[in-house]
Amino acid sequence: MHIDKDLVAASATPLVLGILAEGESYGYAIVKRVNELSGGRMQWTDGMLYPLLHRLERNGHVRASWGTSEAGRRRKHYAITESGLQALADRRAQWSVVADALRQVWETAAHPPFPGPAPAGGIA
Amino acid sequence: MGGVEDQIDQWRGFVRRRGAISGADVEEMEDHLREQIADLEAGGLDGEEAFLVAVRRMGNLDEVSREFAREHSDRLWKQLVLVPEADAAGPGRWREPGVLLAFALGAGVAVKLLFAAVDGEFEQIRNLPFVVLPFLAGWFAWKRRTPWGVCAAAAALAAVPFLAVNLYPFQEAPGPFPSPGMTAVLAFTHAPVLLWLLAGVLHTGGHWRSHDRRMDFVRFTGELAMYLVLLQLGALVLLGLTAGVLSLVGVDLEPVLEDWLLPFGLPGALLVAAWLVEAKKSVVENIAPVLTRVFTPLALVMLVADLVVLLVNGPLTAVDRDLLILMDAVLVLVLFLLLYSVSARDPLAPPGVFDRIQLALVGAALAVDTVALTAMLGRIAEFGFTANKTAALGLNLVLLVHLAWSARLLAGFVRGGRPFAAVERWQTAYLPVYALWAAVVVLVFPPVFGFA
Repeated sequence: MHIDKDLVAASATPLVLGILAEGESYGYAIVKRVNELSGGRMQWTDGMLYPLLHRLERNGHVRASWGTSEAGRRRKHYAITESGLQALADRRAQWSVVADALRQVWETAAHPPFPGPAPAGGIA
Repeated sequence: MGGVEDQIDQWRGFVRRRGAISGADVEEMEDHLREQIADLEAGGLDGEEAFLVAVRRMGNLDEVSREFAREHSDRLWKQLVLVPEADAAGPGRWREPGVLLAFALGAGVAVKLLFAAVDGEFEQIRNLPFVVLPFLAGWFAWKRRTPWGVCAAAAALAAVPFLAVNLYPFQEAPGPFPSPGMTAVLAFTHAPVLLWLLAGVLHTGGHWRSHDRRMDFVRFTGELAMYLVLLQLGALVLLGLTAGVLSLVGVDLEPVLEDWLLPFGLPGALLVAAWLVEAKKSVVENIAPVLTRVFTPLALVMLVADLVVLLVNGPLTAVDRDLLILMDAVLVLVLFLLLYSVSARDPLAPPGVFDRIQLALVGAALAVDTVALTAMLGRIAEFGFTANKTAALGLNLVLLVHLAWSARLLAGFVRGGRPFAAVERWQTAYLPVYALWAAVVVLVFPPVFGFA
């Protein structure tokens, strides 16, 4: 399923913060975790993750440190900070408002009060 | 697997070229790419396929790089690094400033020696370029690793005007105060042009036939002039403040200024400015082309006004050498405007409004010059050729040829028949003519006009 890119962008920050709240991680593992969580239905543009992580780092929501991978390559690890946890809580509150409102809309939309538009007739 | 390594290498090189993505970011993304490839291979894809899928998932590099730029906007404001910081080896990084300082001090000592050894203001001034410019040229040669043969040839060529300026039996102008004669003044005003273009040969690292290198030297000259002006302004403020403070306690700065600060400061400023231009190349937008953008339309308005006034109020009242020099100055101005906008223009861009303005500017300059020259032609024949008039007229012709042919090429480009590269190439191809003309004025004029 294709998910609109604005929606992906809007959900990226809480997703990354949430995944990091589970424990320290790094870029590729975060992308993999998103795939797991969405059952492979949310496809990220992987390269976009890094500017996002750097923005979170600049804002102090995550802390980065260089480590080494199993294969011996340098790898940048990210861990969530206090302010990151705070930001995650804020986002969560915001999203639950949005999700709640959406849920009501879906329920109403399931029983539309008006019939759909009549099929267009021919023009003489 | 070797194929995939090559492809990763290529990908890395491609990403590195993005200004907004730093080396560490590339490393981070490469780790990602490799993990992804390994996972895909474990899933049954072969190396090549895994690489292609992984790169695709990484996303469009333009978009990713734009996102990086949004996050790291400071990286696009490239920072001027005078002394390489982290990556370079310890003692080597001070080498370039050290060498430059040695050349600057050398130039200062040479000026000091000149003032000590040679009497007479005129003799000192005419030799000044010959003692300062070799140090700048030497620095070019060091920086560009110019071959010894080229250095030796340039030095030998520079020795010719040096000997001519000092050994020709110039006569002083008649009058109550002894002053240098016409040919002497012409020789010492034209010698620096010749020396500067010879220094340019060293600046090209010996590849003086290369049009790109020549254009680099043109750019260098423009930036150098700007930096020199700025440095001198700064120095002036500093000196003024110092002199003001010192005068409070009755200490006069002037002797120190004349004996030490000027002889070391002026050549020093030249070399430091040259170093700055080289160091900031590609870091900051060149300022000379920016100024040409501002002044080209203004100069066009000025020239059109001149042309109208000349045509309406003619015939010219005072027709003399001053008018010729004035016309030369107009042409030189237009030439600089042309040269520096050419130097910064993307040769592949299609003709635009600015190119038309440029063409109109050159056309207007040629028209003004033609009006002035035709008015003068009769007069010159009447009063004969003095050295000054001939020099001014000759320069006028040299400039006229340069601009007229530029106008022809530019017109062809604007109409869409010729590539812009032809305009660019003509500018650099014509440069040696200025050296030749300067050489003629320095070497041939004095004997022809009897050293008067």
